[in-house]
Amino acid sequence: MKQSNLLLWLMAMLVYAFLYIPLIIVVVYSFNDSRLNAEWVGFTFDWYDKLFRNEEMLIAARNSLIIAVSASVLATTLGTMAGLAIHRYRLKVLPVLAFIPVAMPEILLGVSLLLFFLQVLNMTLGLISVIIAHTTFSIGFVAIIIRARLQGMDESIFEAARDLGATPWQTFRLITLPLIMPAIIAGALMSFTLSIDDFVITFFTKGVGEPILPIQIYTMIKIAVTPEVNAISTLLMLLTLALIMLATYFDKTILRWR
Amino acid sequence: MSLLELRNLTRRFDDFVAVDNVSLTIAKGEFFTLLGPSGCGKTTLLRMIAGFDTPDSGRILLDGNDITQVAPEKRPIHTVFQSYALFPHMTVAQNIAFPLQMARVAPDKITGRVNRVIEEVRLSAFAQRYPHELSGGQKQRVALARGLINRPRLLLLDEPLGALDAKLREDLQRELINLQKEVSITFIFVTHSQDEALALSQRIAVMNQGKVEQIDEPSIIYSRPVSRFVADFIGKINLLGAEVIQIAETTMVLQVESLGAISLPANKNAKTGDQGVIAIRPEQISVRNTHQHSETTHSFAGKVLDFLYVGDVTTYVIELANGARLEAMLANATPGVARFFEVDDTVTVTWPATAVQFLKE
Amino acid sequence: MHRQNLTKWLTSLPPMLFLLVFFVAPSLIMIVTSFRFPGEFGGLAPLSPSETAAGEVASGPHGLTLEAYRFFFSDTLYAEIFLKSFVVATVSTLICLLLAYPLALLIARSDKRYRNLMILLVILPFASNFLVRIYAWMIILGPESALNHFVNNLLALAGFPPVMLLFSPFAVLIGMVYVHLPFMILPLYTNLEKHDPVLLDAAQDLGANRWQRFWRVTWPQSLPGVFSGAVLVFIPVLGMFAVPDILGGTGDILIGNLIKDQFLGTRDWPFGSTLSIMLMLAVIATTGLAAWLARARATVSPSSST
Repeated sequence: MKQSNLLLWLMAMLVYAFLYIPLIIVVVYSFNDSRLNAEWVGFTFDWYDKLFRNEEMLIAARNSLIIAVSASVLATTLGTMAGLAIHRYRLKVLPVLAFIPVAMPEILLGVSLLLFFLQVLNMTLGLISVIIAHTTFSIGFVAIIIRARLQGMDESIFEAARDLGATPWQTFRLITLPLIMPAIIAGALMSFTLSIDDFVITFFTKGVGEPILPIQIYTMIKIAVTPEVNAISTLLMLLTLALIMLATYFDKTILRWR
Repeated sequence: MSLLELRNLTRRFDDFVAVDNVSLTIAKGEFFTLLGPSGCGKTTLLRMIAGFDTPDSGRILLDGNDITQVAPEKRPIHTVFQSYALFPHMTVAQNIAFPLQMARVAPDKITGRVNRVIEEVRLSAFAQRYPHELSGGQKQRVALARGLINRPRLLLLDEPLGALDAKLREDLQRELINLQKEVSITFIFVTHSQDEALALSQRIAVMNQGKVEQIDEPSIIYSRPVSRFVADFIGKINLLGAEVIQIAETTMVLQVESLGAISLPANKNAKTGDQGVIAIRPEQISVRNTHQHSETTHSFAGKVLDFLYVGDVTTYVIELANGARLEAMLANATPGVARFFEVDDTVTVTWPATAVQFLKE
Repeated sequence: MHRQNLTKWLTSLPPMLFLLVFFVAPSLIMIVTSFRFPGEFGGLAPLSPSETAAGEVASGPHGLTLEAYRFFFSDTLYAEIFLKSFVVATVSTLICLLLAYPLALLIARSDKRYRNLMILLVILPFASNFLVRIYAWMIILGPESALNHFVNNLLALAGFPPVMLLFSPFAVLIGMVYVHLPFMILPLYTNLEKHDPVLLDAAQDLGANRWQRFWRVTWPQSLPGVFSGAVLVFIPVLGMFAVPDILGGTGDILIGNLIKDQFLGTRDWPFGSTLSIMLMLAVIATTGLAAWLARARATVSPSSST
């Protein structure tokens, strides 16, 4: 079977290359001493320098961080509760409510939230609306991770705790919580990543006031492409890379996602 | 006063009756076993005693107190689960200390008691290990230590030896008996293995489809089963259809299919005309070349059809003159000899009349 | 037991309420909005006639209507765009399948120690910002890029006029495939990993060659994974607007772009909602079809489950 493996190996490597080469080009050109992303001229940190002087970009980054932290705290709390409840009580409605936002096209969620915020709540779109929007689709994500972790555990240990004298609250505090903590952390990291990276839903729910990172990048791409875009892209890639590696360290089941 | 009393416990799951009006009492210090096939209700019964399930009707009394509605963490009853249920994020020592912490024993006292118990189950070298680093037998011992450390009134064991291989099982069975005697705590043991039940218990309750068919000492269960189910479930048995023709003070006469009329000691509960089966254990049947007459035995001529050699004993399938088939078990006392008879040999089977049980159906 | 019910409500109620308010309610609002009139300056016309300060009834349309739906069905343009979106989604899914399968197969057959690492390597590009992944192709396909020059040189040799790779349907397709490829790889891998290698040995033993072994043993067993991946690619592509917006030309708009324009451009909310409802129905129909196909498969062939 070794010969067939060679062909398979070749095709697979081509796909890996297909996945990585575009990103490598972005990173490489972020150090390119040329306005055009066409050919290599020389090495420079100029674009990063410009980036850090860009007021609006810095505010956008700060805003994105605020949103990401808030949304991941909210989503992790609600998502953990949802994951626990779905697993323990075999609920029918909650899984549907939690998982559909994850599966459906983002534009539908973005648009419906836009209508909701403006029509029903009559609120000005800004950071809060984005935080709510991000939380909505992250809950399902966290719930899936928590539930997967619970499914891999021996159910009888929770009964054993009660059997040996622990009240339900003690069982949760001493047995359940420590055992799902890695999944909770992984869930929080994933929500954070999803929030920082989100474009579509943010696009619809951010309004016109505050700059937010992915939208800034979009504006830069549409109006005037400079390697500053490469620079911020590279930085973002490094950030999400670190976060995901951290998340998988805490909970390997992330790798089996879906 | 008995330690545990179950009164008319019933538990239904939709249409299915898992436990059907079960009543029994268990004395202090007993090694009591619930025995039965899968689905007979033994595990449901155990869970109700532990508190993880509430009966639909009936009461559970511990030391005379009604605990039917009491939450599991408040009952002085602990369980050894089939999967051991050791807490994976705690060491052996922490696992064993857990019930003491729940009982709010002073921390400095806990360490001493835990160490002592760990020594008793011979796991001192593993005190700081985590469950995933232990073997099946070691996990078992941790589960036992954890369940016994704060001296519950009752220890429930749910098929705890099921996952172990045969040799280990035997060793642990012996250990369990000794342990129970040492700590003199009442054990309720659940199993589907009749060998295990016979070996470990002081009394066995045989369950079938939610009901208790018989509660007795192992030897009585084995030699005097009260129903066809019990006779069939425990050990190997020969069963032949029979009808009571005549019954007197001390003897009765049965018409047995393919054997004709035989007389045996009277069964107090039988009346003339009762239909049922007679039951004879294979090891009660002796097989010989020659015919032997006796007042107290039944003898029939037959032919060897087949045999099964398993090392210590050989079971012979013998066909009697009028078609009935019986299994007879003989010990292989002579080294190197696998059997005493060959297929097609003509033999006489004999058993004492007292070895025959009439079971009404 | 009372206590059990209490904890059940305590844990499930907060997330449930949150999702009811911020997911279900907005969806319902969107449905209702599709039945309303657009407002004069964007937004919506009121449901009931409004009164001016003098107590007179204001003029202008109000209440519920099917106007938006009529508009949708009146012009074939919208049906064409829907059709185009379906075609793009289908083609993207097929390309993703072709690219994903060898990689997923390789990882599934690799030594256990390397598998986690290889999967991580698949997920990492996915971890980069969505826009970055699209932007990367702007660079590669740009008019000044090496690739574009190379292609045009080839075309010149063959006597064809030069083309622009960027801002074309071709670019949109590549963008869609690139962004969604990991969604196809992961479910496929999850499925393939569970295959029993013994079955292939058995097939070989019975005389099957390499191609037959794949086609008769591996492929049928992998179908649940194929379906999962296909659904995970098809549905997001259907609703995507960013890829055509950035990589496509003016003629390459898809449903997503239309919807975006209605809400953030012309501000015709009812029509935008109608388009969204249509998209939602398309998604439901697709998932329904996929689920039905998956179930039909399960009863026909006694293969292993996902």
